[in-house]
Amino acid sequence: MAILICTEHDNSQLKPETLHAINAATQVGDELYLLIVGYQCQRVAEQAAKIQGIVKVLVVDDSCYQHHLAENLSNVIAEIGAGYCNNNAQYTHIFAAATSHAKNTMPRVAALLDVAQISDITSIESEDTFQRAIYAGNAIAKVKSLDETKVITVRTTAFDAVLGQGGQAIIEQLDIMYNLHLSEFISEDLTVSERPELTGAKVVISGGRGMGNGENFTLLEGVADKLDAAIGASRAAVDAGYVSNDMQVGQTGKIVAPDLYIAVGISGAIQHLAGMKDSKIIVAINKDEEAPIFSVADYGLVGDLFDVLPELAQIL
Amino acid sequence: MKILVAVKRVIDFNLKVRVKPDNSDVDLTNVKMALNPFCEIAVEEAVRLKESGVASEIIVVSVGSKPCQEQLRTALALGVDRGIHIETEDNHESLNIAKLLAKVVEQEQSELVILGKQSIDSDNNQTGQMLAALLGFSQGTFASKVEQKNNKLIVTREIDGGLQTIALTLPAVVTSDLRLNEPRYASLPNIMKAKRKPIDVTTPEKLDVKLKSHIQQLSVSAPTERTAGVMVNSVQELVDKLKNEAKVI
Repeated sequence: MAILICTEHDNSQLKPETLHAINAATQVGDELYLLIVGYQCQRVAEQAAKIQGIVKVLVVDDSCYQHHLAENLSNVIAEIGAGYCNNNAQYTHIFAAATSHAKNTMPRVAALLDVAQISDITSIESEDTFQRAIYAGNAIAKVKSLDETKVITVRTTAFDAVLGQGGQAIIEQLDIMYNLHLSEFISEDLTVSERPELTGAKVVISGGRGMGNGENFTLLEGVADKLDAAIGASRAAVDAGYVSNDMQVGQTGKIVAPDLYIAVGISGAIQHLAGMKDSKIIVAINKDEEAPIFSVADYGLVGDLFDVLPELAQIL
Repeated sequence: MKILVAVKRVIDFNLKVRVKPDNSDVDLTNVKMALNPFCEIAVEEAVRLKESGVASEIIVVSVGSKPCQEQLRTALALGVDRGIHIETEDNHESLNIAKLLAKVVEQEQSELVILGKQSIDSDNNQTGQMLAALLGFSQGTFASKVEQKNNKLIVTREIDGGLQTIALTLPAVVTSDLRLNEPRYASLPNIMKAKRKPIDVTTPEKLDVKLKSHIQQLSVSAPTERTAGVMVNSVQELVDKLKNEAKVI
């Protein structure tokens, strides 16, 4: 079975999320092809070729793919995905990690191929049967794909990353042009942080409405510094304007599953739990002992976060 | 500009869904239903674009059984001009919904389609992107800001790690993220007025769209519940437990 895996990168570095998607793909088959679409992305190709177990790295390089706009990209992926790889075999699956980038692009690929997309899978039962969370993780659906080509996005927290070294795949340049001029990149405003990324961090500390305001989030930093943790927030904190949306953990934000998740001043709404309940150890700090977050926490501490956080930062 | 907004009837977001004992699906009997929160944001954005003079008319569409007309009325009460109900069974797959919507967009010649980025039941996050693909439209997904400049639509998008701003050539599909706006409440006079606004009913057959099943749902089960752990009495005790018991720090 030939599987096409769409990589995510910034034209110079492969994003670690892709390594999780590759792992998921290995559970389906072992003939893996990596696709890199971008501009001046030779370095990414070299990096990708070192990943173990890859047959070939396909590279489509042109200035019109510099900003990875969905309209151009989806046409490239659909054309390659519908075509033939080595030995005249047709791709049976197209995999990608369920990042905001893939969420933007992959459904467009699926529609171009007239097939469904199975979003955000958490487990693989067989080559055509997968599990995914629905209703904010309050139910798990087992679904079977009836399509010849299966377009699948993978929840990265549900699959470990494969090793990014030891392999020696062939790199093949392809010349495919889709410069549709439908959308145009203007600017990007990325949060610059020394901290690990939320979805990959081993420790995450998140603040909720109980933080009171945006400035108080600096209290989380003291603890985060000691634990090399990423900082997250509940939707309530984002809605209240304390912090930006890219910090949101939950059904409508990011799904995280670190070794340690510390929820501070978070009541534990269903939609927040959906984003963190697969964490290995959950700690809840809240002054309301009735807060629902305590019902999912391994360790609960009832107390005022303005006392607890400085003390915690000091002891650690 | 004529705007089309697609909306979905889903379980009220405050409610926790239960799985049927036979694991065939979730149990939605006698459960309060509502407009999907992201769809509500989409409706609000369309109404604001009309208020600012960018849009001339707003049409709301929903696909499903008869009760989804309640959600169409909700949208009409928020300021939408008229509704289209595509009557068919509930819970069609995203691709089928996109195909039905594409037909309506072609018939209505709308230049902008706004949808919620995902529904809180199936959590797929697909329909808008699929619709854009079928129509060959540009797309601005997970929008937190939308404005018209010359003949372009400037969309700020929520992406991993921050924001991205792109310019879309019209016609376009936009999907709403949380921070796009804060939806208004419908006033009583507007709710009354909405009752007299027209809702056209059509069917997949009348639209000449053939629906096909691509996914079979084999079962639905409840997730393994986490159980509550222990309460600690001090920060010191917490740190000790994390170090020595859980061994995560």
